[in-house]
Amino acid sequence: MSPAYLTPVPLPTELWQQVPLEPPDNIFELTAAYKVDPFAKKVNLGVGAYRDDDNKPWVLPVVRKATARLLNDDTLDHEYLPILGLPEYTTAAAKLILGSESPAISEGRAVSVQTISGTGANHLGALFLSRFYGFNGPAKVYLSNPTWVNHHAIFRNVGIEPVDYAYYDPKTIGLDFTGFLDALRKAPDRSVFLLHACAHNPTGVDPTPKQWDAIGDVILEKKLFAFFDCAYQGFASGDMDLDAWAVRRFVDRGVPLLVCQSFAKNAGLYGERVGALHVVLSDKKTADWARSQLSVLQRSEIGNPPSHGARLVSLILNDPELFTEWKRDIETMAGRIIDMRKELYQLLTEVYKTPGKWDHILNQIGMFSFTGLNGEQCRAMVEWAHIYMAGNGRISMAGLNSHSVEYVAESLDKVVRGRQSVMTSDV
Amino acid sequence: MLAAIARRRVATGITAKTLRSVSTWGAVPQGPPDPILGITEAFKADKDPRKINLGVGAYRDEHGKPYVLQTVKKAEEAVASQGVDKEYLPITGLAEFTARAALLAYGAESEPLTKGAVAITQSISGTGALRIGGEFLARHYPHSKVIYVPTPTWGNHIPLFRDSGLEVRHYRYFDKQNVALDFEGLKSDLLSAPEGAIVLLHACAHNPTGIDPTPEQWEALSHIVKEKKLFPFFDMAYQGFASGDIARDAFALRHFVAQGHQVALAQSFAKNMGLYGERTGAFSVTTADPEEKARVDSQLKIIIRPMYSNPPSHGARIASAILGDQALYTQWESEVKGMADRIISMREKIYNILTHDLKTPGEWGHIKTQIGMFSYTGLNPEQTQALAQKAHVYMTKDGRISMAGLNAGNVEYFAASVDAVVRGTL
Repeated sequence: MSPAYLTPVPLPTELWQQVPLEPPDNIFELTAAYKVDPFAKKVNLGVGAYRDDDNKPWVLPVVRKATARLLNDDTLDHEYLPILGLPEYTTAAAKLILGSESPAISEGRAVSVQTISGTGANHLGALFLSRFYGFNGPAKVYLSNPTWVNHHAIFRNVGIEPVDYAYYDPKTIGLDFTGFLDALRKAPDRSVFLLHACAHNPTGVDPTPKQWDAIGDVILEKKLFAFFDCAYQGFASGDMDLDAWAVRRFVDRGVPLLVCQSFAKNAGLYGERVGALHVVLSDKKTADWARSQLSVLQRSEIGNPPSHGARLVSLILNDPELFTEWKRDIETMAGRIIDMRKELYQLLTEVYKTPGKWDHILNQIGMFSFTGLNGEQCRAMVEWAHIYMAGNGRISMAGLNSHSVEYVAESLDKVVRGRQSVMTSDV
Repeated sequence: MLAAIARRRVATGITAKTLRSVSTWGAVPQGPPDPILGITEAFKADKDPRKINLGVGAYRDEHGKPYVLQTVKKAEEAVASQGVDKEYLPITGLAEFTARAALLAYGAESEPLTKGAVAITQSISGTGALRIGGEFLARHYPHSKVIYVPTPTWGNHIPLFRDSGLEVRHYRYFDKQNVALDFEGLKSDLLSAPEGAIVLLHACAHNPTGIDPTPEQWEALSHIVKEKKLFPFFDMAYQGFASGDIARDAFALRHFVAQGHQVALAQSFAKNMGLYGERTGAFSVTTADPEEKARVDSQLKIIIRPMYSNPPSHGARIASAILGDQALYTQWESEVKGMADRIISMREKIYNILTHDLKTPGEWGHIKTQIGMFSYTGLNPEQTQALAQKAHVYMTKDGRISMAGLNAGNVEYFAASVDAVVRGTL
């Protein structure tokens, strides 16, 4: 072989020239701006992760315990999990959301797959639908208006077109129930509807049990498919079973469904990516088919899921003591958020007597609250008050604490009254 | 609409035979069983005390047990004592991990690395890296949607790249006759590939054959790839684990980059750090400059976010701790060498027993010259089936064995079984 070609040549530049620069996520930008802001009283209400009263990430005490146990267990290795995940984990996770007495489980009709947290479950569920669901016409999914920002991208990514359904009524800052039912009725039979199991993201507005039943009636009538996203079980009301009510009710009523489950928030395991997809089928035979196909889909994307987080959750779910402790830790988080709601409400209505109705702050559920502020007001909150929040009026209650709630209330009041110009350098 | 679904199914290897449009899931056909899993199941059910599982693609120590590296244990304890939180990692993962992973693969002197032109993301181990890479190339590689993979290759490459949106074609690789590299066939197939096609190259320790090109052969391949303007996509799942030497195992990758090729790389820490289930890996692309790197980076995020948002932190923190600490790194290097050495010694042992002790018919040199976890024994499907049923020795149908499953306690029995099946006396 001639050594001539061993002479290095300059790097060619024609490969990636056309790759466009994609702007970063809004929330990401918000957090980045917050981080570099030198303002002493700045508050981050954009964060989608729980913070304690000192605005610090909170590793649950039960998670610390479980972590120590794993660390000291010399029998543990880092071997591959089965493709569908750690069996002790997926079994317990299914019982947690579906209920240990669920007919879906006892009849062998539920297929559970460990996923890369909630996003992974949503993606796998969507992918599964895109390959095997008998769509009535082109593949579409109905998403609440508004919904979690990533839902649109997740479905589009697998070739399912997102369509909005009426959900949030900005006039009442509540559920547009008539609009919702209307959308269900007008959709073609067998359409797929994405439903937030509890603690709707981003509005915090959930249907009541009665409303869920009315929704269920239409779903059954039109043979619609319920794609549940459950990222906040236990975290919404503080009660595991209460938060799972809608999902279990629909299973009992025989609605064809799947549920995406995340332990990111309720176990504070965000970065360990612990989630699951549970698909409920009509019979065991179909469930076995579905299981084999989900296995194929999982294998070609991630091979098998990550072990550490699943082991932690498995320990917690399967050990009665740890499970009780976990429920207490969840109540701590949910409780603090409910306290912040009460505080903020009280400050706005009794101390500042801010114009407008603020009941929604008390009534909305979960980590987020749709304040009702418009785009301009939100911008003012960010730019004048250095209170970082989403442009749609969403605030993360987890970002509120005893040190910041007064300042937030005061700023909200000023912005609502249009007095933001007063705020600048006097603070 | 149904025709479109059927087309998609055919493209992904699923027949439309069982389309039943009435029930919600009427169209769901049974998925094919995983061949490797089948072996493990048969092995588990086997009650014979002499049974050996050579299907498993994970390292085993000299007692046949999974091996947790000392450095991994130390790093895990260090990470735990640091009291890190559980917050989300960025979409592209733990920055210190990916920086160190890039350094490990490309080497400190690598020009794209020193220029800050390597776009890299943490991935769900090697599989995830390949999948992100496949998707990225399908969307943004301007010259082709075709990827060439060797025959044979890791089974999962094919569905993975197809699902990414690439057309999979093959280049000759394994010479069955001589149980060696079909270098002429390889060169010929690459030379007749369409200009600009993507070519998947196993950086070291080819899976499943264990047959790697020599450095001279790699140099010749670099020339051909350049001539045909092919795009090299390296799959490096065994760096350090193949020869026992980190730099040596990265030779092909580093040579191509030094020769001016722009490449993509899928990296796995499953084997070389024994982090299998923690899913620790990285996907990278070498670009022209930091500006281009930023654009590529932004597109990798677009791919990842709707699939799983951000990667798991545990394994990345362990790997990063090892790569970032001089003492841990040195200890790790010796542990990896230890694993590689044990496998090399098993290869020598088998060769010696077959060739000198038992004088088994046939040529067995390939067992010694092959490299890495796997070895293509040259046994045919009838022989491998007989070995499973009569000798309780389990391997994949193609005669592939995982060397890691062999140890001082079973290697003699294994060799004797192979000898018997070759002679037809099993």
